[in-house]
Amino acid sequence: MAYSDKVLDHYNNPRNVGSLDKKDPNVGTGMVGAPECGDVMKLQVKVNPETGIIEDAKFKTFGCGSAIASSSLATEWLKGKSVDEALAIKNTDIVNELALPPVKIHCSVLAEDAIKAAIQDYKQKSAAAQAAESVTA
Amino acid sequence: MKTPIYLDYHATTPMDPRVLEAMLPYFGEMFGNAASRNHSFGWEAEEAVEKARQQVASLIGANKKEIVFTSGATESNNLALKGVAEMYAEKGNHIITVATEHKAVLDTCKRLEKQGLKVTYLPVQPDGLIDLEAFKSAITDKTILVSVMYANNEIGVIQPIREIGTICKERGVLFHTDATQAVGKVPVDVNADKIDLLSISAHKMYGPKGVGALYVRRKGPRVQLTAQIDGGGHERGMRSGTLNVPGIVGLGEACALCQAEMETESARLRALRDRLKDRILAELDEVYINGTMEHRLPHNLNISFAYVEGESLLMGINDIAVSSGSACTSATLEPSYILKALGAGDDLAHSSIRFGLGRFTTQEEVDYAAEKVIQVVLKLRELSPLYELVKEGVDLSTIQWAAH
Repeated sequence: MAYSDKVLDHYNNPRNVGSLDKKDPNVGTGMVGAPECGDVMKLQVKVNPETGIIEDAKFKTFGCGSAIASSSLATEWLKGKSVDEALAIKNTDIVNELALPPVKIHCSVLAEDAIKAAIQDYKQKSAAAQAAESVTA
Repeated sequence: MKTPIYLDYHATTPMDPRVLEAMLPYFGEMFGNAASRNHSFGWEAEEAVEKARQQVASLIGANKKEIVFTSGATESNNLALKGVAEMYAEKGNHIITVATEHKAVLDTCKRLEKQGLKVTYLPVQPDGLIDLEAFKSAITDKTILVSVMYANNEIGVIQPIREIGTICKERGVLFHTDATQAVGKVPVDVNADKIDLLSISAHKMYGPKGVGALYVRRKGPRVQLTAQIDGGGHERGMRSGTLNVPGIVGLGEACALCQAEMETESARLRALRDRLKDRILAELDEVYINGTMEHRLPHNLNISFAYVEGESLLMGINDIAVSSGSACTSATLEPSYILKALGAGDDLAHSSIRFGLGRFTTQEEVDYAAEKVIQVVLKLRELSPLYELVKEGVDLSTIQWAAH
């Protein structure tokens, strides 16, 4: 299978590889996929609680080159976006940007799921933190 | 050293220049039809075909009258299975084969099932070999044919062919083996191994594509087949169609070269294969060899690099031609059914790479491949959330994964 130059670039020079502290209340973690399906993505965002802006994003992916590229691209796009803007990222945006062939569309779907899962995790954590604060207040 | 490096000799092999040399005249002035009985054009074609028939027979310890030329091992497998099923329909309706056979056998069996035959697909043990006791108890009064491959095309394991042949003989059941990966690479003897039918392909042993053979035993027992291609009654009526003289000459020459060089060549390849394996195992943890190393083709290595997906690994070693059991590299988007049959789990199938070494593989190439694979696996593990979890001490089987 021939890969687009953008997929190759992300594969050869993946952006924002790494992990953020899962326990940090401002960090949201999403892990999607399954090893037996051949792809697992972990995507993390660090949100500034004052501004609601995503200040940092990291990923690690077990999967094919397109899965790696999709998650690498997602972290690039997430940085500097608000939480709501992040939720508006669609898998089709990733498909178009990376010129993914039809058999690789599920990689982009997985990346969208990972973004949503990470944001969801962050929202839950901050809601829990706020609830805890109001209880102690 | 030239790149890309070819380490996919189980898929196909380059033609040996000596084979090409032998074939060339039959594309030119020696164009006769081997079935033309009345002039020298036909006679010289026939003579070339008969020489090749002897070369093929000699490599597997057969009589040349027992060799039927075909278009390749897929056709040979089809002819063996369908031909026996049809010819022996009155005797029985049961075939035994193995879950890890090539699709040319499995899909032929599926078709026969649709026509009412019963087929038993024996499972394999974790080492890739069948359990002989389970095999024995699968044989019934209705069993007419057993089809077990000699050596596996993905994991290179060699089944206990002689034991299977002996059991078949005792029970009066015909024994077919798809020996595509084994013939020319390891000693095969149809009499010692008690084989009744055996499939051969030329392009897996430095011959041309589009030609193969089926060995059909003539004595003890005399095996009969119902032809699957009707026509002029070539090949003792078992396979009609004008003979592919240049291809057959190439197959014959390829067999003769394999026979002459097998001993030194298999020792050389075994040493190179073990060098590749040892380097990888020395540098990487969580690496698993698929299939037994004890009963294995000398030029095969099939390894799973845990927590690294196969297609992304192939992408990183793109100047080395190998193949993977990963779903992403298959047409069906399913991971290798052969690796799944070993019971190691789909995740290891996704992480597997098959190395096939061959006649033109050098030590320099093997060393280059080993280094490259090690580098890329290390890089991809840095990227792998699974490797990170395992290093943190998490047991991946305790995580609730969302299959998709």
